[in-house]
Amino acid sequence: MDVFLQQLVNGLVLGSVYALVALGYTMVYGILELINFAHGEITMMGAMVALAVIGALALAAPALPGVVIVGAGLALAIPVCMALGLLIERVAYRPLRNAPRLAPLITAIGVSIILQNVAMLIWGKQYIPFPAILPQGRHDVLGASITDVQLAILLLAVVIMAGLTLLVGKTRLGRAMRATAQSRQVASLMGVDVDRVIAATFVIGSALAAIAGVMVSAYYGLAHYYMGFLLGLKAFSAAVLGGIGNLAGAMLGGLLLGVIEALGAGYIGDLTGGFLGSHYQDVFAFFVLILVLVFRPSGLLGERLAERA
Amino acid sequence: MPSARKRAWAGFVLLAVGLAVLPFLVDFGLGRTWVRLVDFALLYVMLALGLNIVVGYAGLLDLGYVAFYALGAYVYAWLASPHFGVHLPFWAILPLGALLAAAFGVLLGAPTLRLRGDYLAIVTLGFGEIIRIFMNNLNAPLNITNGPQGINLIDPLRLGDVSLAQSHVLGGITLSAPHQYYYVFLILTLGVVFVSMRLEDSRVGRAWVAIREDEIAAAAMGIDTRNFKLLAFAMGATFGGLAGGLFASFQGFISPESFNLMESIMILCMIVLGGMGHIPGVIFGAVVLTLLPEALRYTGDAQRALLGRIVVDPADLRMLLFGVALVAVMLYRPAGLIPSARRRRELAAKGDVLEQEQASLADTAR
Amino acid sequence: MTRKLLRCALTTAAILLAAGCGQKSEPRDGTLAIRIGQVSPLTGPQAHLGRDNDNGARLAVDEINAQGLTLGGKPARIELRSEDDAADPKTATTVAQKLVDEGVVAVVGHLNSGATIPASKIYADAGIPQISPSATAIAYTAQGFRTAFRVMTNDAQQGSVLGRYAVQKLGARRVAIIDDRTAYGQGLADEVAKAVSAAGGEVVAREYTSDRATDFMAILTSIKAKSPDLVFFGGMDPQAAPMVKQLKQLGVNARFLGGDGVQTPKFVELAGAEAEGTIASNPGLPLDAMPGGAAFKSKFEAKYGKIQNYAPYAYDAVYVLVEAMRRAQSSEPAKVLAELPKTDYQGVTGRIRFDAKGDITGGAVTLYQVRDGKWVTLETVQSAQ
Repeated sequence: MDVFLQQLVNGLVLGSVYALVALGYTMVYGILELINFAHGEITMMGAMVALAVIGALALAAPALPGVVIVGAGLALAIPVCMALGLLIERVAYRPLRNAPRLAPLITAIGVSIILQNVAMLIWGKQYIPFPAILPQGRHDVLGASITDVQLAILLLAVVIMAGLTLLVGKTRLGRAMRATAQSRQVASLMGVDVDRVIAATFVIGSALAAIAGVMVSAYYGLAHYYMGFLLGLKAFSAAVLGGIGNLAGAMLGGLLLGVIEALGAGYIGDLTGGFLGSHYQDVFAFFVLILVLVFRPSGLLGERLAERA
Repeated sequence: MPSARKRAWAGFVLLAVGLAVLPFLVDFGLGRTWVRLVDFALLYVMLALGLNIVVGYAGLLDLGYVAFYALGAYVYAWLASPHFGVHLPFWAILPLGALLAAAFGVLLGAPTLRLRGDYLAIVTLGFGEIIRIFMNNLNAPLNITNGPQGINLIDPLRLGDVSLAQSHVLGGITLSAPHQYYYVFLILTLGVVFVSMRLEDSRVGRAWVAIREDEIAAAAMGIDTRNFKLLAFAMGATFGGLAGGLFASFQGFISPESFNLMESIMILCMIVLGGMGHIPGVIFGAVVLTLLPEALRYTGDAQRALLGRIVVDPADLRMLLFGVALVAVMLYRPAGLIPSARRRRELAAKGDVLEQEQASLADTAR
Repeated sequence: MTRKLLRCALTTAAILLAAGCGQKSEPRDGTLAIRIGQVSPLTGPQAHLGRDNDNGARLAVDEINAQGLTLGGKPARIELRSEDDAADPKTATTVAQKLVDEGVVAVVGHLNSGATIPASKIYADAGIPQISPSATAIAYTAQGFRTAFRVMTNDAQQGSVLGRYAVQKLGARRVAIIDDRTAYGQGLADEVAKAVSAAGGEVVAREYTSDRATDFMAILTSIKAKSPDLVFFGGMDPQAAPMVKQLKQLGVNARFLGGDGVQTPKFVELAGAEAEGTIASNPGLPLDAMPGGAAFKSKFEAKYGKIQNYAPYAYDAVYVLVEAMRRAQSSEPAKVLAELPKTDYQGVTGRIRFDAKGDITGGAVTLYQVRDGKWVTLETVQSAQ
C-alpha cells in the first residue's frame, strides 16, 4: 500500500511541476489562442539565469542560508524572463496577430529553437549542477517519503494557482484579460487596451515560467539548455488535458498527467504481465491525452465552445 | 505549334536533361557526398509533398507525420534484412509499406476528426511519439524492431542480380551507388509530384480546399468532411511510407532515433517555408532545408582558414540560423518563399472584400 | 517563370563546373599527407566526451608529426579530420561517407555504439580501417567486417565483470537493473543481467527510462518495493546523477552500480554528496595504473585540461594505426588492413592485441568507487576472454 502512496506522491509532485509550467501556457493560450512553444524555453532560461547567480553566490558566500541564495537567483531570473517574454511577444507574435493559425505556431517553434541555441552558446552544452544548499529534510508520511523541496513545489503550485485565480477573477486586469479572451474586438471597443493586456499576460506567464524553472532545477539538481523542450511539451499536454484557457484545468491536467505517468511507470509492467514496461511511460501519458480528447474534445474542464465561424 | 506551347516543351526538355545530368554535375563540382545529399533531398521532397496534402491541401495540422516515415522504413527492414531472414524484392515491399502507412493514417486520423487545429496538433504529435517509443521498445518479449539498436544490413534496391549499392559502368560512364539511387528516387518523386498535381486539381482537391477554408460551410454544401479528411491522412501517409521504405534501402540501417519529433517539425517547416499548398514551393523548401544545413558545415572550414580556429561551431550555428529563418519568414513572408498566388493574396489581405472575392473568382475560373 | 528557372539552373551548373575544376589537392613539397578521420559527438549532451576523444587523437597526431614520420622512404604528415556525428546514427553515416569521399585512409571513431555501428558499414564497403576508442556494443565487431576494430573492452566483457563483481565481491543477492533504452545502455544492462544470474544472484526488477529523462521517482519506487541490495544503471552520467539522488530521497538502501558512462568526473559534480559510495566500471586500467598513464596525464592536461574518459584510448588508437602504417611502410588502407590484425602494441592503456573479430584481447575492466567526492580505484579484473 505504501508503494502506491509513494507513487501517488511522486505523481503529484511531478504533476505540480507540470502544472506550474502549464499555468503559463494556458494563460497565454486563453487570450491569444496561441501555443507558445517558447514557454518551455523561457522556463529553461529562468533556470539557467538563476543557476548562474546561485552557483556564484554559493561559492562566494556559503554561509548564507540556501533559501536566501535561491531567492537572489529568482530575483534576477524573474525580471529577465519577463523582459524576454515581452520581447518575444512584441517582435514575434504581435505582427502575426491576425495571421492564420499556423503562422504564429511556426514562429513559436522558431523562437523556441533560437532560445535553446542562445542558451547553448552562452552556457555551453554541459549539464549544470544545482548546488545542494536547500534544506534536504525528508519526511515520512504513512510510509511514503517526501522531501522539503517536493513539499515546496506542491505548495507553490497551489499558491500560484490560487493567486492567479484571484488575479483573473477579482482584479481589473483580470477582468480585462477575460474580456480580451472572449473577444478581442469587443474588448477594445469597450476601452480595454488590448495590447497592454496581452503584454501583461505574457509578462505574468514568463514570471511563472521563471519560478517553475528554478523549482525544477532545484528538484532534479541540474539544469541544461535542452531541459525546456520535453517539459514544455508535457506541460502543454497537461494544459490541453485539463481544458486549455482554464486555470483550474491547467492545474488539474498537470496533476493528473503526473499521477498517470507515475502510476503508469510503476504498475504497467505488472498490469500487462511484463509485455509493456516502464519504457512506455511517455506513451501512457499521451495515450490518456488522446483518449480524453476523443471523448471530450475541449478537455476535462474546458467549456464546450461552439465552433467559431 | 503556337510559340507558347513550343516554349513550354523546350522548358520541359531542358528540365529533363538537367535532371538527368544533375548527379554528374554535382559529383564533379562538389563530390560524391553531395550526390548522396541530393538523394536525401529527393526523399524529403516526397515527404514534404505527402505532408503538404495533409497540412497544405486539407489544412490539418499534423505534427506526427514522421510516424508514417518510420512505418515504411521498418516494413522494408522487416522484409528485406537478416532480422527476420526474409528477403523480398523491393517492388513487393514498397507498396506494402505504403499501404500499411495508409492504414495507419486512417487509424491515427480517425480519433482526430472532431478536434480543432491546435488540439489536432498535439494529438498527432502524441501519435508520432507513441509510434517512435513503440519502435524503440518492441524488442522484448518478442523481438520485432530490435529496439534502440535498430535494424542493420538492410538489403539495397536490387534489380534481379544488379544491386544498386554497387557501382556499375555503363557505356564508359561510372555510376556509383548514389547516382543509381538518384534515378530511382527521381522517377518516384516525379510520380509523387504528378499524383499531387492531379489531386490538387480534382474534386478531391477542391473538397480539401473547402474543408480547409471553412469546415462548416463545406459540410453545409454536402461534402463528407469525415471521409475527405481520412483520405487526406491516408494519401499523405502513403507518400510517407514510400519514402520510408526507400530510406531504409538507401541507408542500409534504421533506428528509432531517426524518427523523432524534430524530424516532423523539420518537414512541417519545409512546406511552411517553401510555400504551403504549392508544389513548387514545397519542393523548394524541401531541397533548401536538406542542403543548406550541410552547406553550413563548411563554414567550419572557412572559420578555420580565416581565423585559425573555430569561433562558433557550425552545428550550433545551423540550428540557430534555422530558428531565425523560421521567425523571419513567418514575419515577412507568411505564405512561404514561393507561395501560390491565392495564398499570397489571402495572407496579404489588404484589399477590400469585393477585390478579394473577384480575385478568388478568377482563381476558380482558371 | 521558365526564364527565371533557366537562369537559375544555368548559374548552378556553372558554379558546379567551376568548383569541380578548382578542386585539385597537390601534396606540398613532396610530403605525403595522410588523412585520418576522427568522429565523435562534438555537439549535444555528450560533447564533453566527444571533445575528449578528439583531443586525445589530436595529441597523438601532434606528437607523431613532431617526431617526424617516414613511410616508404618519403616524409609524411598526418592530418586529423575531425567530424561531428552528434551521437546520431543518421549523421554518423553522412559524416562517414563524407570522410570516405575526402580520402581518409583510416578512421578513429565513433564514440557511441549507436553511431559506430551504422558508420562501420560505410567504412567496410570502402575498405577503410576503423578503430573505435569507446564503442562497447558487441554488435559492432559481430558484424564480421574486416575493417572494424576497437581498443576498448566490449560490453560483453564489461557486463560480465560487473555482474560477477556485484554478486561475488559486493555480496548482492537481489539486483535491480535499469537501462536508458539506448543501444549502449541496453546492451550493457542485458550483459550484466546475464552475468548476475550466472553468478547466482537474482534480478528482481528490470526498469527502463530514456536518455533525456530526469524524473525516475516512479521506477525507483517500484524498485524500492522489491527490496534490492544493488541497483545497476546502464546509461550515462546526466541521468545517473539525478537517479542516485532520487534513490536517496526515497530512502532506498541499495548500492548504486554503473558502467563506464557513469564513471566520469561529471557524475560526481552533478550528484554532489549523493555520489558517495557509487561504484562504476571503466574498461581498461585506471590512468595511474596504466603503463604510460602518468606521462599521458601530464601531457594531456597541460594542453586540454581534465581528461573526461576516453582520451587515452583515442590516443592509442591513432598510434596503433600509425604503427600498422610503419609496418606496412605505406598508408594505403589495404596494406594497413593487412597489418592491423598483427598488432602487438604497448599503449598508454595497456597491451593492445586484436582477436579475430577485431576486439581487444584480454581486456581489463577496472572498478572505481566515489570516496570523498573523487573516483578511487578499487581493483582491476581481467575479463575471461
